[in-house]
Formats: sequence, structure tokens, C-alpha cells
Amino acid sequence: MSVTAPSEQEVGVRETAERIVNDFAIQVATVNGSGSQTANLVLLRSIFQMGVPVSGKNMFPSNIAGLPTWYTVRASSKGYVARKKENDFLVAMNAETAKEDVMTLSPGAAVVYDEPLKLNELRKDLIFYPVPFDKLIAPVTTDAKLRRLVRNMIYDGVLSRLLSIDMGQMEKALRKQMGKKEKAIALNMNALKAGFDYADANLPKRDPFVVEPMEGKTDGMILIEGNAAAAIGCMMAGVTFVGWYPITPSSSLCESLIDYLKKYRKDPETGKATYAVIQAEDEIAALGMVIGAGWMGARAMTSTAGPGMSLMAEFTGLGYYAEVPAVIFDIQRAGPSTGLPTRTGQQDILSTAILSHGDTKHPMLLPASVNECYTMAQEAFDLAERLQTPVFVMSDLDLGMNTWMSKPFDYPTKGFDRGKRLDDERLKQVGEFARYRDVDGDGIPYRTVPGDGLPPFFTRGSGHNEKALYSERADDYTNNLNRLSKKFDTARTLVPKAEIDLAGRGGVGIIAYGTSHWALIETRDQLKNEQKLDTSYFRLRGYPFSKELFDFIDAHDRVYVVDQNRDGQMWSLIKLECNPQQVAKLRSIKHYYGLPIDGRSLTTELLKQE
Amino acid sequence: MAGKVNIIGLESTAYRGAKTTLCAGCGHNSITERIIDSFFELGIQPTDVIKLSGIGCSSKSPAYFLNQSHGFNSVHGRMPSLATGAVVANRKMIAIGISGDGDTGAIGIGQFVHLMRRNLPIVYVIEDNGCYGLTKGQFSPTADLGSTLKTGVINDLPPIDTCALAVELGASFVARSFSGDPKQLKAILKAALSHRGTSMIDVLSPCVTFNDHEGSTKSYAYVKDHDEPMSEVGFVPYFEDISVDYEPGTTQEVKMHDGSRLFLKKLDESYDATDKIQALRTLHEASRRGEFATRVNATTSCGFSSSCR
Repeated sequence: MSVTAPSEQEVGVRETAERIVNDFAIQVATVNGSGSQTANLVLLRSIFQMGVPVSGKNMFPSNIAGLPTWYTVRASSKGYVARKKENDFLVAMNAETAKEDVMTLSPGAAVVYDEPLKLNELRKDLIFYPVPFDKLIAPVTTDAKLRRLVRNMIYDGVLSRLLSIDMGQMEKALRKQMGKKEKAIALNMNALKAGFDYADANLPKRDPFVVEPMEGKTDGMILIEGNAAAAIGCMMAGVTFVGWYPITPSSSLCESLIDYLKKYRKDPETGKATYAVIQAEDEIAALGMVIGAGWMGARAMTSTAGPGMSLMAEFTGLGYYAEVPAVIFDIQRAGPSTGLPTRTGQQDILSTAILSHGDTKHPMLLPASVNECYTMAQEAFDLAERLQTPVFVMSDLDLGMNTWMSKPFDYPTKGFDRGKRLDDERLKQVGEFARYRDVDGDGIPYRTVPGDGLPPFFTRGSGHNEKALYSERADDYTNNLNRLSKKFDTARTLVPKAEIDLAGRGGVGIIAYGTSHWALIETRDQLKNEQKLDTSYFRLRGYPFSKELFDFIDAHDRVYVVDQNRDGQMWSLIKLECNPQQVAKLRSIKHYYGLPIDGRSLTTELLKQE
Repeated sequence: MAGKVNIIGLESTAYRGAKTTLCAGCGHNSITERIIDSFFELGIQPTDVIKLSGIGCSSKSPAYFLNQSHGFNSVHGRMPSLATGAVVANRKMIAIGISGDGDTGAIGIGQFVHLMRRNLPIVYVIEDNGCYGLTKGQFSPTADLGSTLKTGVINDLPPIDTCALAVELGASFVARSFSGDPKQLKAILKAALSHRGTSMIDVLSPCVTFNDHEGSTKSYAYVKDHDEPMSEVGFVPYFEDISVDYEPGTTQEVKMHDGSRLFLKKLDESYDATDKIQALRTLHEASRRGEFATRVNATTSCGFSSSCR
């Protein structure tokens, strides 16, 4: 694969009777637009249905058709779902990348390839399985277009035979994928069988990789992408307004949401939508609409990625200063500028924390799992209204667009927190309404909205006093800025709490957030099993930071902060609030080549710094 | 002494706002007065109104009318998106947006274009003085080719005609008026408030401080001399009997969504207020002659359902 360094080559296939069961990664190299996604998802789902924990990672080009794409399915009996550094089984379907794909494999890996590519001549230390795809597809259908689309199902059939993946599960997965399109199912099944039969007759098993059914690891679990999970979360949070602008990798969040809303949010009596979605002219307008709707009292959201975040800076500052609720999902991708739109990263952390000019700071929620995409979507709407400010959910491409296993999501058990909305009773208590007065000492004022019959006020992004009147007075300005800071301190206690796993005092502590979590699980096991190094773990789930974070740093000798960006953005953000002793303990692990972080690389980097 | 009350029993003082901080004699203040008159005379409940603006002298003015309405003075050129989110979130409110020629024609042209396309129920007023008042008089995109700054700098770019643009983009009520013509402006504003799509009103509003000199084509003197009213405009709210003395054949009647009527007494016989192509031709011809055609084009079509206001 072209994005990683070639491995060192050794000569000769290792001769071993060893069987590697449910612990390997299959990489499928195809051309995008060739219909390989169906075959890949069927492969993923059928292994999953056999009870084996899986994860699927799509590495695709910023292109619609014709460029190389790779899909990796990892099976892991231990339940590791992070990207695996090495690929063990390659399916080489793309002539353009086949040579490099083969050259980067570790010795002992297996390769299923399109026979005319003659890849077996490239290396002697791999196990090659040639498959004449064109010959096999010929009898399946005579339609050239259909041939191209179902051709990829052949490798699923071959893999079913070679890896002992149950054909029954393949069929079940195919049916799940295709719905009720019986004709298409029959066609795909024929291609699947053609592959299986060919492998059965012509490809004696020579590699060690095997899938065996397991019990108890995937029972009752679902497979879902983070963006779809976030969309369900938004719906459960009672979103009524969505303003958005298409951008990879965030579009599927709003598009899934639109589908769910169409299905579930119609007034049963009138049949009319109880929500509004507007595709805006750009991200500036998308957030502008959200701020307008939030000011009006709606639960409003948008979703974007890095370039959109840059454009949203202006309205974010207005939302902060005028104190208007808004929920913004940032499905982070690799920057700077347009960068690598289809690669992942955690590169917007620092810029989002203080997005916009002047003294601004914003709460961020940091989901690591599809389940947290779902729950944090709901928390984000509550927090946005509680804190009356834009709240950011910092997902990434890996989480948002890849397929993850999860326990089914819980139906919400508590009602919405609509925050401090003034009502008649409260108005009687306070006597006089002052929009920006800190009545309760938590920095959060009371608000009214147009049409609620309560006292109006004039909202502005210019200087204002606590009665929302225009003011350039130094004391009005400073008091207001200080109150906003106090509000941010209140937010420390309200954002999602960290998950802390202590190995004891002293020694090594690790702070990670978002999708790094999955690599970190593996790294901690590797450190424990291979190095006898027990580590403590602080999984950061929200910003602003709470006291627990600094207690954690105090309690350890060395604390590693794991970032998927070049400059250690979270490491920097933490350091801003640390005392000198704490700063001295902090070390930074940075991962940034566009692919999700993997456990092995993380372990290697940590040990290098030990 | 109790003042005159309107149909909902409110005095005109109930429609006033904070004291203006704009320059004495600013055209924008006259527009503010006409807005107050229009809401008062139509008997609109101030708490049913939201007022929005961008940034600039014009955008300050929502603070100077309708104190009992929620207002939002937002960021430069972005009022359209804010208004869009707001009116969609609560479809019962009446929205009036105040912008300027820089706020609309320069930094906000993108959002303006899409607001016109969407044709949401918003009254969008451009207080058009051809310059940036708040930053001391630089040219705006509506400044005419060849007009001069106070400093003598000559504008070498052609102007953007916001009315022509709005007509082209599908706004369903487009008008141009003059802050110095209270009768016409009030009638247009009242009609706009009775329309259920986007009403775009470009109001020429001379900047007495920075753009009221000899070489300006947006000075009081110039606009007065070159104002070419296409019609005398009369407006009858839905709750008043129609007893106006417009002669049939010389008057065009446009029925508004709420049942009220806009009467346009033809000064030019060929004038048809619902003809989009003619509206564009009139604008272009007036522009060629160096005149301002102050008039109304009301297609009274609304891209949204009747529930939109």
C-alpha cells in the first residue's frame, strides 16, 4: 500500500503448520466506483455474523471513480478494532497499485490476485493465489456493466473458501446488504459461488489464516458508522433545525439525519414535517441559519469538517458573545487547507477550542465510539442550551465514515435540558429581566426568545451591558467578559466526564481522546504483556478540562498525551492550564499520516520516549 | 393627552425604539420613521415582530424602532442566513431585516442572492447611500460609475443594481424608493409587510456626512432631481374599506396575500407592476439615463406554502 513505508524483505515463505485464528487483517485493493463496497461490507458482516469481532476501515480517494481505494477488514478474537499496522491478507484487484501493494506486505502474508497481473513473480516470501476473475465472471452474466459490478463478489467467494468463512453467512450478509432486490441477490450469489468453487478446485490452502466461529463476543451487537449514529442522536435530542453544506467526511451525518427525520418526524395528523432542513450556500450561512434558529428557541445543528470550521469562525464568535445555543459537529479530516479530504486526523482541536477572534473559548465533546457519537449528540444539545453557546462535537473521518461494532444504543431515559429559559414565575422572583445578568452565580444568564411573550431584548455582537444595551464602557465590557469566563468554568463540571483507569500512583499515565482510544487499548496490552509495564489511562471526553485531569497528571511520573496531529494539539491545550511541575511531566505522542492510529506504532513511539 | 390608537389599541409610541445615534439629517432616520408609521398603521403587534440586521450605519437602525420586538444586530453581510434560520424556526413571527449597500452588495452579496432565491417571508430593506458611512465614506458597490468621493477619488467600477438582481433571482416583491419621499416609501413598506414572500426594498438614503456633495450621485439634490417615480403608490390594508378614488384603467391594483391592496396610479401608461421582464428593462433604461426609477414590481408569487407567515 502506497501510504506506508515498504517493509524489509526477507526471502522464502515461512514453513509452518501454525494456524492464525481470528487475528489478522485483510486488505482489499480496488478501483473506486467499481462496486467493491458491497463485496467489502459482505465480507465484514459475514465474519461478524460468525461471532468474531471485526472492524472495517475504508481508505478511499477524493474522487468519484477510477482511483485506487483500499478497504481493510480486521478480525480480532481479542476484540481489537483499531487499524492493524500490518496487513496479512491482500486481495489485489487494482493493476495500478498491485505492485506496490505487494511490495509493502510483511513476509508470510497471502495474496489473492487477478491472474493476468502476474504478481507471483514479485516476491518469493509471500503466498500467492491467482484467480482468473474475467474468466469466472463470464458465465455469471453477459451484461458488461453488471459484470463489472458483481466481479468483486468473486473474491468474497474465494476468501470464503480460503479463510473458512461460512457461505451461509455470506449469503445472509448479502441479503442484509441488498434488501429485497432478488435479481441482484441471485446475480451476486452466482459470482460468490463461482469464486468459492474456483478456490475449492484450484487453490490448496497454504496460508495460516482462518476464521472460526466464536461465542459471546458479537451477540446482539450492531454495525454502524459514526455519522449515522450521530444522526440518530440528533433526532433523539429533538433537533428541529438543520442547516448544512456538503463536505467530506461530514455529509453523511446530515444526509442520514435527513433520512431519519423524513421517516420518524412527521406530524401524525397533518403529515407535515416537524423539522426543517436547509442546504445552505456555504458553511458561513449554515451556521448563520443555526444561530438564527437557536436564537428563536429551536434545537439547531450543523455538521462540517476543517474547511467549513474555518468559515464558521465568524458566526461562532457571535454565538459565543451573543450567547446563542448551537450544535456543530466537526468530522475532522487531514488538513491544512483542502489537505487530504478522505483521510482522518484530529487536527482541529486547538483551533476549535478558541475558534474566532477576540477572547473566545468553546466546549468540545470528544466521542471515541459510535455509541458516544449517539450519546454525545444528545449531550451537545443539552449543553448548548444549558450554557447558551456553540458546542462542538469533535468526531473524525475514521469514526464518522467507517463501520464499527457497537452494543445497540439505549433509548434516552431523561428529558431535554432546555437550560435557563425565563418564565413568568422566575421573572417574578428576579423582579427585572436583564439578559446578561449573572443571577445564579454560575455565569449563565436567563434568556427569552421571540414569540414567548416574555420581555424582549436586543441581541448584538457588539459591546453590551447586562441589560443587552449597547455599551462601550470599560466596566460593562470587562464584567461581561469575566462572566463569560465564569460560565466556561461552569462548563468544566458539565461536559462529559473522563474515563479513568488507574494502575496505581507513579509510573506512566496516558491521556488520549477520540478514536486513539482503540489503538490505546491494544498498546496498553502490548506494554503490559511484552514490557511488563502497567499504565494508567485517562480518556478525555470533554473540554474544558476538569480538575480530575490535573489530579491525574499529579499522580504520575510521566504522562503521555496521544494526538492524531502534527503539533500535539491537545498536549498544547493541556499545557496551557498546567503548573510548571505538571508541564515537565507531559510528553507528546503524535500520529499524522492520514490513516487511523494503530496500536503497534503507538507502543513503539511510547517505548522510544521511555 | 392620549394619542391616536391603531386597530389593536396601541399608540404610535409603542412602535418607537431607542434614540437614534446616526448623524442628524441621515436618510436612514427617515426610513426608521416610515417603518414605525407602517407597523403602527397596519396594527401589527410589536411582540410578533423580529428585526434583524448586519453591520453598518443602516444595521444600527433596528435599535431605533419597535422596542418591544426582539432584535438581532449580527455580523457584516450575514443577516440573510440568520433571518432564514429564525423565520424557519418560528413561522408565526414577522421578520424585517435592515441592511446597507455595503452589507448587501459587497460582503453580503452571496447571502443576499440566496435569500432572494429562497423567497422566505422577510421584508428586506437596503438603506442605500452608495458609501460606507461607519468607516468614513469609502465607495460601496452601489456607487455609480464616475461618482466621486468627498476626497475627489472617482469611482471606476459600475454599480450593482440590487433591484435588478432581486427580480432576476426570484424575489416576489421588489421595490425602489427614496427616503425623501415619505408617502411612497410608507405605502411600499406597508405593502411589503402584507406580502408573504421576500420583499426587497432598495431605499435611496443619502449620507449627509460623506456622500452629499457635488460629485455624488446619491446626494439629496441629485436623487431629488433624478428620481423618476413610475407610479403614485397607494396602499389599503385588508381591514379598511376600499374607497379610494383611483380611476379604473389608470390604476393597477395588486392584491396582497393578506387581502390588502396596493394601488399603483400609472404615470407611464405602459407600466405593468407584475411584469418581470419589463421591470428589468425599466431599471436598465433608467440607469442608462442616470435616473432612479422608484417603483414596485410585485409578482406576488411565493415559493412557499401559505403557512409561511
